[in-house]
Amino acid sequence: MVENTTTHSAAFVRTETLPELDPPVTERGIVKWMRENLFSTIPNAILTLLAFVVIYSILSSALPWILGGVWTTSSLSECREVLDGATGACFSVLTERWNQLMFGFVYPSDQYWRPTLAFVLLFVAAAPVMFFDLPRKLLIFTALFPFIAYYLIWGGTILVPILALVGVIGGVMVYRKLVQSSFAMGFFGGVIAAVAIWFIGGLLIPEGASDNAALQAVPSRDLGGFMLNMMLGVVCVSLSIPLGIALALGRQSSMPLIKWICVIFIEFIRGVPLITLLFVASVMLAYLFPPGTTTDLFLRVVIMITMFSSAYIAEVIRGGLAALPKGQYEAADSLGLDYAQAMRLIILPQALKISIPGIVNIAVGLFKDTTLVSVISMFDVVGMIRGPLSAATEWNGIYWELYGFAALLFFVVCYGISQYSQWLERRLATDHR
Amino acid sequence: MSAITDPPQGSFSLSMLINDTRYRSYTFQAVAAIILALCLGFFYLNVSTNLAAAGLNISYEFLGSPAGYDINQRLIEYDSQSSNARAAMVGILNTLLVAFLACVTATFFGVIAGVLRLSNNWLVRKLMAFYVEIFRNIPVLIWILIIFTIMIAVLPGPRAFRGDEPEASMLFDLFAFTNRGVYTPGPYFTRGLGPEGNGGINWLFVIGVLIASFFATRMVTSRANATQEATGVRPNTLWTNLAIWFLPVIVLLFVLGLKWDIPELKGFNFAGGIKVGGPLIALWFALSIYTGAFIAENVRAGIQAVSKGQTEAAGALGLRSGRIMSLVVLPQALRVIIPPLISQYLNITKNSSLAIAVGYADITATLGGITLNQTGRAIECVLLLMLFYLTISLLISTFMNIYNNAVKLKER
Repeated sequence: MVENTTTHSAAFVRTETLPELDPPVTERGIVKWMRENLFSTIPNAILTLLAFVVIYSILSSALPWILGGVWTTSSLSECREVLDGATGACFSVLTERWNQLMFGFVYPSDQYWRPTLAFVLLFVAAAPVMFFDLPRKLLIFTALFPFIAYYLIWGGTILVPILALVGVIGGVMVYRKLVQSSFAMGFFGGVIAAVAIWFIGGLLIPEGASDNAALQAVPSRDLGGFMLNMMLGVVCVSLSIPLGIALALGRQSSMPLIKWICVIFIEFIRGVPLITLLFVASVMLAYLFPPGTTTDLFLRVVIMITMFSSAYIAEVIRGGLAALPKGQYEAADSLGLDYAQAMRLIILPQALKISIPGIVNIAVGLFKDTTLVSVISMFDVVGMIRGPLSAATEWNGIYWELYGFAALLFFVVCYGISQYSQWLERRLATDHR
Repeated sequence: MSAITDPPQGSFSLSMLINDTRYRSYTFQAVAAIILALCLGFFYLNVSTNLAAAGLNISYEFLGSPAGYDINQRLIEYDSQSSNARAAMVGILNTLLVAFLACVTATFFGVIAGVLRLSNNWLVRKLMAFYVEIFRNIPVLIWILIIFTIMIAVLPGPRAFRGDEPEASMLFDLFAFTNRGVYTPGPYFTRGLGPEGNGGINWLFVIGVLIASFFATRMVTSRANATQEATGVRPNTLWTNLAIWFLPVIVLLFVLGLKWDIPELKGFNFAGGIKVGGPLIALWFALSIYTGAFIAENVRAGIQAVSKGQTEAAGALGLRSGRIMSLVVLPQALRVIIPPLISQYLNITKNSSLAIAVGYADITATLGGITLNQTGRAIECVLLLMLFYLTISLLISTFMNIYNNAVKLKER
């Protein structure tokens, strides 16, 4: 009887499973997604409706304005004639004044290819630093880039960048020679050698060498537009990272004098707004230099912004140093490494890796802060908009297009950098998860 | 054994200054001290020769001389005959005013956006992410200029409010939004003390009463806590506390004779009430939404830092969701949120120096702007300016350290 129940099932028991029914309409596809994500509760539904109202009101005012934009007129009145009362932006101010927004209004117009080329080369130079998979040989170009970019942007005699390069090479050679005995010897020896080469070479460059140079010399005060923001950002960030590392190490030092110099410097810089430091650059720094020397405003601003960001970067790196387990320091000591070796080989590679997101944040903030130079009447992109462009008779009374464009420029760069930083964080995560 | 642990007793030789780790740090510090002294001396020499060449000297007498310029937005009495020090004081108060206002509203925006970024509503989440990314990645100076431009270009001039059928009208007949600023009703006292019965001492009374009410409610709450500890029944404190908050103040304001001065169109402009100038509003709003985006990220990180197990454990104990938030999640999240929040407040204070771009008379615009340009005392003005900001940030970071020590996890 037992086998009967299995072989001959009762007639009222189904032998084969029914095909699966589709889930009810409210539980599948877009309806389910909307029920779960947009209308799960009554407050949620209200929020969704509110969000729709906000999005609609933004789009309904912005879209016709952007889509109805006029790109090819030469003045605001002409643009308004073309629009004839319809809603639309006058983007023609961007096309007509593109060069001024990018390069400022005094950079010689037949030389625009030079900063453009330098900008393109910047990506080539930055690529091997940003992406580790690229061939390491490219780093040679990165090392050469500062000199090439200097020559392209400022022009003048080629002897100046070549001399600078020779000085650096000389310094590196002396460092290589002396570093075997001690790092401090090598470092200071290298610096002294480089400075000596620059000093002697500076005497050798003939007066007026820039007059008939292949590339016309452009003084720093002629720099402007978004180019100025990019230059300040790139130069100051790259200078302030080594300075920030030195400050962070100095702050952790066991030598009280060194420690307190670093602490006072960092806390002082972090306690004052960048604007006051820019005031120092524009009105006060000249008093600190020997009488008769004239340093141009660009250099003074670079000095102050570099000091500013190096203090912040030092704090980020200090965080990275503090996050390292104490065992790392002890392990380095037990291997018999001296301070410089321990730092270079054990501590800094790990601490810098931890600090990368923070450093990128500082870099983004610094790049945004380069707009502040417009307050001390340098004509960066915001300075151009507030000054010459608003004052121009053809474009008097145009705001949105210009500010929107400047905002877009900064958004693209800063958002790009922060996305890169997130990618880098994932890439560098070597711990097991 | 002592022979091994004792340092070698050899005679001191000069090379030990470099090679012996016991003495090397002294060498380094001596070199650093000499370099520092040389730099300072070099700068001092340059400054004194440069100043002598320009026929100047370092002197703070200009602070006492008349400033000679007007300031529209001010919290204390000031006219163009007042001293430069008074102008700087106006600037300091204006800086503190806009910093305080922006801190309050930025926290408001930031908390809302941060909480909504974690909402389970997809659309709201994306909208808030959009807000945060847009505002964090565009310089605050551009936001200040954009909002200032909106104020000037979009809002009507006072002239639009005139006539029988005006183009613009006042909100509830109380508030006027014009391109020169926002006019709101202003309180004044008919039976108060001070000049014309309207001195600042009346407000001190009001603030004093409010502080007294605050401590009274604290006492009521702690007594309720004690009762709850002892008996397990919590007495209802809501109505007592509300009464303590509101009744004394209302009585005091009635005694002082509070009246509202409503702005009115007189001639070409509004008179009466309180005028909040366009630059202040632009700066306030721009700093709020810009910093709000940063605070939103801090809030989000703080809430996410509390592990989900905490919420679940509290739920397992039978707490309701409101109490879970206030007793379990928030105290832990605040420990993560507050330190970056305070550095955002510090950033607001420092960023308020951008007031100079829209002509709001903060300390940077008065002392570091007009006074500096009129008197030519660059070094003195910039030093005073830095001193002010340094004081503020040192105060704030001291406060932050005290707080951090108070909420630090007490381990072992």
